[in-house]
Amino acid sequence: MFENLLVQGLSGLASASSLFLVASGLTVIFGVTRIVNFAHGSLYMLGAYLAWTLVTNLPRGHFGFWGGVLAAALIVGVVGVLIEVLLLRRIYKAPELFQLLATFGVVLIVQDLALMIWGPQDLLGPRAPGLRGATEILGVRFPLYELFLIFVGPVVLGLLWLLFHRTRWGTRVRAATADREMVGALGVNQRLLFTTVFFLGACLAGLGGALQLPRESVNLQMDLAIIAEAFVVVVIGGLGSLPGAFLAALLIGQMQAFGILIFPKITLVLAFLVMAVVLILRPYGLLGRPPASAHAAQVVEPPYPPPSPAFRALGLATVAVALLLPPFLGDFALIVFTEIAIMVLFAASLHFIMGPGGMASFGHAAYFGLGAYGAALLVKHVAAPMEIGLLAAPFAAGLAGVVFGWFCVRLSGVYAAMLTLAFAQIAWSAAFQWVELTGGDNGILGVWPSDWARNKLAYYYLALLLCLGATLLLRRAIMAPFGYALRAGRDSPLRAEAIGMDGFRIRWVAFILAAVAAGIAGGLFAYAKGSVFPTYMAIPRSVDALLMVLLGGVQTLSGPIVGALAYTWIHEQLMRLFELWRLLLGAVILLLVLFFPQGLAGAAQRAAEKRA
Amino acid sequence: MLEVEGLHAHYGRAHILQGVTLSAAQGEVVALLGRNGAGKSTTMKAIMGLVRPTGGRVRFQGQDVTGREPFEIARQGLGYVPEERRIFTELTVMENLDVGRQPPRAGLAPWTPERVFALFPSLGAMRARPGGRMSGGEQQMLTIARTLMGNPRLILLDEPSEGLAPVIVERMAAAILELKREGITVLLSEQNLHFARLVSDRACVLEKGAIRWEGTLAALMEAEEVRAQYLSV
Ligand SMILES: Nc1ncnc2c1ncn2[C@@H]1O[C@H](COP(=O)(O)OP(=O)(O)OP(=O)(O)O)[C@@H](O)[C@H]1O
Ligand SMILES: [Mg+2]
Repeated sequence: MFENLLVQGLSGLASASSLFLVASGLTVIFGVTRIVNFAHGSLYMLGAYLAWTLVTNLPRGHFGFWGGVLAAALIVGVVGVLIEVLLLRRIYKAPELFQLLATFGVVLIVQDLALMIWGPQDLLGPRAPGLRGATEILGVRFPLYELFLIFVGPVVLGLLWLLFHRTRWGTRVRAATADREMVGALGVNQRLLFTTVFFLGACLAGLGGALQLPRESVNLQMDLAIIAEAFVVVVIGGLGSLPGAFLAALLIGQMQAFGILIFPKITLVLAFLVMAVVLILRPYGLLGRPPASAHAAQVVEPPYPPPSPAFRALGLATVAVALLLPPFLGDFALIVFTEIAIMVLFAASLHFIMGPGGMASFGHAAYFGLGAYGAALLVKHVAAPMEIGLLAAPFAAGLAGVVFGWFCVRLSGVYAAMLTLAFAQIAWSAAFQWVELTGGDNGILGVWPSDWARNKLAYYYLALLLCLGATLLLRRAIMAPFGYALRAGRDSPLRAEAIGMDGFRIRWVAFILAAVAAGIAGGLFAYAKGSVFPTYMAIPRSVDALLMVLLGGVQTLSGPIVGALAYTWIHEQLMRLFELWRLLLGAVILLLVLFFPQGLAGAAQRAAEKRA
Repeated sequence: MLEVEGLHAHYGRAHILQGVTLSAAQGEVVALLGRNGAGKSTTMKAIMGLVRPTGGRVRFQGQDVTGREPFEIARQGLGYVPEERRIFTELTVMENLDVGRQPPRAGLAPWTPERVFALFPSLGAMRARPGGRMSGGEQQMLTIARTLMGNPRLILLDEPSEGLAPVIVERMAAAILELKREGITVLLSEQNLHFARLVSDRACVLEKGAIRWEGTLAALMEAEEVRAQYLSV
């Protein structure tokens, strides 16, 4: 028993070191650039792949292995510089969600590139020369390489501390972490500073990945697996805090090591639960600080202009097509139409909290998925008919909105995005691991509509009715006094509070409404597909929603509709026509973020304004 | 040394600077006066490139620096001391000074920590103290000292007397006059007419984003209607 615990504890320490390497880079980059780098996991994965290539091609022995590992880290550093110079530099002033999305675009691109270069199979690396065997600690055999890793973490922490406290570069980086504009006004070239910081962070990620080579196989899932954990570590430690990241890495490393012994069923949830608890108790993490008030000029969003006649005509035409065309369509087209109607509502529900509410959500799929599961679980366990299932969907999602929203609307910016992500991951892990209830990865099958709606055309009209109705209700809410209050809270929270508005309550209600609407969409989606899977709540689906909203334009009312139409179409085409659709989707995301930050509807509106 | 011509600036859609024109000659101390919200800080930020000018020109030492990046403007020898001080609270006094350090400039005796401590002796006694644990007056001195470490030829000083005790205000005035003796040009924004009189050669009166009156301080003291119209609250 004792031996078991000791081994678990030591393995936990070794994992903590690896986790810290990745998290340290992430937190340093965030501290200075305020960018949450989703692509950090991809850099880690690249480190592992590059190390594999270098180590297996270089002569065997110490030089070949350690030289290969270090070279891989440096090459990843250069890749990081490229990402910073070509992409991030252009979006430092963009809203957080754009930055998250842009780096997610990089994730997609790197995934397909790695697939092209290294192929789909797992790759096994050689063991580290000189650290192959095991040693005995208190009578327990323990691998030498793991022991080595245990020391790497603290050593890197020490070196980073020296770098940041004993060099002029480090002093400037710490100053820029507090107030980058002021550092610029003192004559420091921030661009160069940011690039060097990115180089350092990317090297650390690459090193973290390269050092995994003797421990586990290199594969294409490494990126998202590590980034989720690294986010947790960085957020628990406090964004931007190195010692915080170290502490949190230890905490998570140990929790995972012992969690397997104690709660093998909820290991995935555990980390996110801890993160949620920490964020609730200490909103800025264990050693984090509230972000220094932004000194940059804040631009207040203009009110929604009334739609131009042309635009209104286009809208009516769309509705007319949606109503009149389907009877002439085949089953496949009807399925696509149904999906589009559902996605319009899903996008509109996210837009509701992002646009008028000004809140960031990186986990909106949770409510969509909970709607789907709310319906499917009733079907599976009590054989409920569709009508009951469709009622249960918004109810389940709304309930989650009540609970999760209560926490999320207290935070803002990246912290809110991270917390919404954490809650979505909790919902996802529950669906994934609670096999008895949810069927786990196999999902729930046989979620079919009632007889009267089994015909594809009938189901389409049902979906259209509910989605269009709910979308219009959301629009009404935006234009009603409630919507004004919501926007007032977004634009000048202090002033809104001063005239007696309860900003928290308003945002909370908005969050719940959005969850309910997403739940309706999720329920309809479940019956449209006939099945429900954990992927309904996974990160990529949250990203889908964000992309639809951003593609349409956050600050336009028609945005989510335009966005859902365009995105569903683009996605469909890419997946159908290209094997490397991730690469293309990633490229589309980057183009969108770089060239259409106002989205399609926003761009169209601008163009119309210019002509007017 | 500094010539600002018809400078415009916006925050979003709000048109804040509506053609500010002013100048400062080598070694001069010019006071930018005006009520709250007149646009004094915005003028300084626009000169420094922290707010992108939407029209007009800023020339420094004969070179056009309009719309350049703040760090480039700072490296030309333009120092900026913000109204909110913006000390790096986690960094010690010495580290704060280190961030501001720039290479020496021809014709100016380079500033060293020892020299700025001679100017502000109380800072010298707290070299290792984090900026966050200093009083408002000490922070104000540190923010000026930090900018001096960049060896500026001209300093934009945004309300240096704001919120300071009278004794400290006197000390601040002495320090500014000392800088003037060193040949440094100063453009200072003030609401405190008394302080402005202690140090400035000339005044520019700002109201609603444009200069409404210009002249020596003696002339301003004479011109009661100008003071009543633009300065009294
Ligand atoms: N970040 C900002 N966003 C929008 N408007 C701003 C911003 N900063 C200042 N303003 C507005 O610009 C105008 C000029 O402000 P500025 O700070 O330049 O005035 P000031 O003369 O320095 O006033 P004070 O004496 O109070 O410092 C004010 O009306 C102010 O409300
Ligand atoms: Mg001011």
